[in-house]
Amino acid sequence: MAEILFELAGISKSYPGVMALDDVSLRVDRGEVLGLIGENGAGKSTLMRVLGGVIAPSEGVIRIGGVDHARMTVNEATQAGIAFVHQELNLFENLDVAANVFIGREKLVGGPLKLVDDAQIRARVAPLLERLGADFTPDTLVDNLSIAERQLVEITKALSIDARVIIMDEPTSSLTISETERLLEVIADLRAHGISVIYISHRLSEIMTCADRVVVLRDGRTVGELARDRLSHAAMIRLMIGRDLKALHTPPKRPPQPGGCDIVGLVTSAFPDRQIDLSVRHGEILGLAGLVGAGRTSLARAAFGIDPPLGGEIRLDNAPVDVASPRDAIRQGIYLMPEDRKKSGLVLELPIRENVTLASLKDYARMWLISGPAERKVAKEQVKRLSIKVPSIDMEAITLSGGNQQKVVLGKWLSMQPRVMFFDEPTRGVDVGAKSEIYALMRELADHGVAIVMISSDMEEVIGVSDRIAVMHEGRVSGVLEREQFSEYNVLQLAIGQAPETVEAAAP
Amino acid sequence: MNKKELGLGLLLLLISAVTGAINPAFLSLVNLLNMANLIGLFGVFALGEGLVIITGGIDLSLGSMFALLGVVFIDLLTTYQVPWPLALLAVLLGGLALGAIQGFLVTRLKMQPFIVTLCGLLIYRGAARYYTTDSTRGFGYGDEAATLSSIASGNVAGIPNTFILLIVLAIVLGVLLHRSVYGRWLYAVGKNEEAARFSGINTDIVIATAYIISGGLAGVSTVLFVFYTNSVSPSSFGNFYELYAIAAAVLGGCSLRGGEGSILGILLGTALLQVLQNLVNILGIPNSLNFAVMGTVILIGVLADHQLQARRRRKMALAGLARTTPQVPFVQRQQKAPPRGVDALPARTGDKA
Repeated sequence: MAEILFELAGISKSYPGVMALDDVSLRVDRGEVLGLIGENGAGKSTLMRVLGGVIAPSEGVIRIGGVDHARMTVNEATQAGIAFVHQELNLFENLDVAANVFIGREKLVGGPLKLVDDAQIRARVAPLLERLGADFTPDTLVDNLSIAERQLVEITKALSIDARVIIMDEPTSSLTISETERLLEVIADLRAHGISVIYISHRLSEIMTCADRVVVLRDGRTVGELARDRLSHAAMIRLMIGRDLKALHTPPKRPPQPGGCDIVGLVTSAFPDRQIDLSVRHGEILGLAGLVGAGRTSLARAAFGIDPPLGGEIRLDNAPVDVASPRDAIRQGIYLMPEDRKKSGLVLELPIRENVTLASLKDYARMWLISGPAERKVAKEQVKRLSIKVPSIDMEAITLSGGNQQKVVLGKWLSMQPRVMFFDEPTRGVDVGAKSEIYALMRELADHGVAIVMISSDMEEVIGVSDRIAVMHEGRVSGVLEREQFSEYNVLQLAIGQAPETVEAAAP
Repeated sequence: MNKKELGLGLLLLLISAVTGAINPAFLSLVNLLNMANLIGLFGVFALGEGLVIITGGIDLSLGSMFALLGVVFIDLLTTYQVPWPLALLAVLLGGLALGAIQGFLVTRLKMQPFIVTLCGLLIYRGAARYYTTDSTRGFGYGDEAATLSSIASGNVAGIPNTFILLIVLAIVLGVLLHRSVYGRWLYAVGKNEEAARFSGINTDIVIATAYIISGGLAGVSTVLFVFYTNSVSPSSFGNFYELYAIAAAVLGGCSLRGGEGSILGILLGTALLQVLQNLVNILGIPNSLNFAVMGTVILIGVLADHQLQARRRRKMALAGLARTTPQVPFVQRQQKAPPRGVDALPARTGDKA
C-alpha cells in the first residue's frame, strides 16, 4: 500500500485561554493530494505552521520516516522535504526567477569573493520550469509575471529543494478560471511524480477535482475524513460547518426597476481599442465574470473615476454623469468595494470609526470641525447593522479578520447613499460564514434599489449570487447570461471568447 | 495626551531637573526666557515640517528658504524702502508660493519629496547668494521696521513674543490637525494614500496643502529670525535649520513613513532640542559636542520608542489571539439566527424611483 510520508499524532496547540488545535492527527501518504478544508479559524494554518516548524505544538508528535519529533525547526522541516506555496506569495519582484528560486541558497563561485554563480543557478532552474510547462525563462524578472506564473516559481522553488510534500494554502484565490485549471494539472503531474500535495482551499469544486482524500477541521479538531469516492460538496460542507448551506441564490424580492447605470462605449486605458457596453438595473445583482486581465477591474476603476475613461460615457438613470475622480463618482452615489481591501479599502492603522466615516467625513463636521458624537453614532450604527464582531469602534482595522474588515469597507459606503455599487472580488479571503452574510447584505441592498455589479472569479459565487452574468473577454463584454442560461460551461465559453450554446454573444 | 507625549514630557522634566540640580543657573528666569525665545523661533517652522512629515514627505528646503526670503525681506525694507506691512506680506506670500511649487512638483508631477526639496535647498541658497553677491545684508541705523522689529523680538510681561506666537500657531494647527476634516484626511493620506483616494479624498490637494502651510510658516520664521539676528549672511543664514525641524518632529513622534505624529509632540520635541543645546552650554560641555549630544538623545529616544511599541504589539497580538479564537462557536451561533429583519436594512438608498 501507499507509503506513509509523515504523520502528525495527537497534536495540540494552546495559546493563553485558547485551544487552537485540539488532538489533531493527520497522515500524508506518498504521492497523494490531501485536501484540507475548514472555515477560517478552524486551525488549518496553525496545523500547517506546526508541520513547517514555524510553531511548536504543545502536545503530540510529528513522525517522519519512523522517527518521532516533539517539535521541528524550520530547517528540519525543509530537510524533511516539506515546502510551502503561500497564499500571499513571498517573491522578490526586482529579482529574476532563478534568483528567487535559489534565494538564500545561492551557488557561489570565486572562492573567498563569494560571487553568485548565475549561470549554474539558471541551468538548474531551467529544467524544472520546463517540467512544469512554464512559458517563461529563468532570467525573466518576477515583476513581469502574472500571479499564476509566480505561483509556478514558488512550486519550482519547492522542487529545487527536492520537496516530498508541497503545502498550498489557498493557491487559487487570485487565479482566473483557466489558470486554476492549469494549476490543477500541475498538481496532478506532481502527484504522478510521487510528490504529495496538501491542498488548502475554500473552493470545494477544486478540492473535488484534485483531492485523493479530504480532511476536515473545525474549531481546532479533526471532524471527519472523506475518501475520494465519498467526496461531494454537500458532505464536505456538512462536515465543515455542521449543517447544509442553503442554495446561495436568494431571488430578488421584486423585479429590477427601470433606470440604473448604463455604460456606453466606455474605453479604459487598459484596452484603448475596445469599447465596453454594460447595463445594470436598480435592484439587480449583475455578476461580472471573466479571466483576470479581461478588463473587469479596469472597468470598475474607470466607472469609479480612479483611472478616468478615455472615451464613452456613463449614464445614471439615463442622465450622463461625469466621473473624473472618485469624488465625482461618490457624489453621484457610485461606490466601489475594491479588490484589495488592505491596500485600497481601508487605512489599516486607523480605528474602525475613522474608516467608516472616511468618505463622508464632511457630513459629520461643522465648519470643517468633526463632531465626535455624530461620528461615533454613525460608526456604531454600521457596526451593529453589519454585525461586525469587534469590542469597540476605536479598535484599529488591522486587528480584524478578513470578513470583518470587508464589512468595515462596506459600512463606509452604506453610511452614505449608494445608487450603484461595484464589488470587486467581495469575498476573497473571507470565511464561509462572513461570505453568506456579505451575500445577504448585497441582496438587501439590491432589494432597496441599489444597482450592483459584482466582479468575481469564484464560479460558485458568480452563479450562485448573480441575477444576470456579464462575461468579459479581452477588454469587452463577450456576452450576457440570463439566470436560466447560467452554467459553468457557458461562463467559461464566453470568458475565453467562444460562443456559449444557448445565447447569442454580443456583437464585437 | 498619549503615552508617547507623556514619556517625552517626563524626559524633558527629568533632564531639566537634573541640569538644574547641577547648575541652578539653568532654571534662572533669564535662562528660561532665553530658551522660550529659541523654542519659539525653532518651533514655528517645525510645526510645518511636522505636517509635511505626516503626509509621508519631507521638506529639506526650509533653511535655504529663510536665506532667500530673508535677503529679499531686508532688501525690500532698506534698499526699496517698502512699508513694512507690504514687505511682511511679500515674504509670507513668497513662502506660500515656494511651498506651493514644491507641493505641485510632489503631487502633480509625482516627484519624490526628498529630491524636490533637496533641489529647493540648493536652488534657494544659490539664488540668495547670487542676489546679494554673497554679501551680508543688514539693517542700517535707520528704523526701517521698528514697529515690526519690536513685535517680532519683543515680549509681553517678559514672555518672548516668539514663544507666544508659537503657542497661538500650535493651538490653531492643533485644532486643524486633530479636530478638523483636513487633519483626518492628512493622517489617512499619510498612512494609506490609495485607500484615501478610493474614499473620494483629493489626496493631491491634501498633500500640497501641507507643503504650502510649511512654506507659509517658513515665511513667518524668516521674519522672526531676521529680527533675531538683525542681519542675513546668505551663505550661512538658516543653515541646517531644516534638520532641527526634522529632528524635533521625529523626536516628537512623527514617523518618516507618514501618518503619525502630533502638534504637542512636535512642540515637546522642539523644546527638548533647545534644552539640550542650552544644557551643553550651562554644564560646560565643550560646544563642539553640541550636535553629538543632540544626535545621541534622538537616537536613544527613537530606539526606546521602537522597543516599547514592539512590546505593546506583541501583547496586543497575544490578546488578539486569545480574543478571536474562542469566538468561532459564537460566529456559528450567529449564522443560525433567522435572517436579519427589515430593521437591519440600510436606512437610505439611492432609489428614488
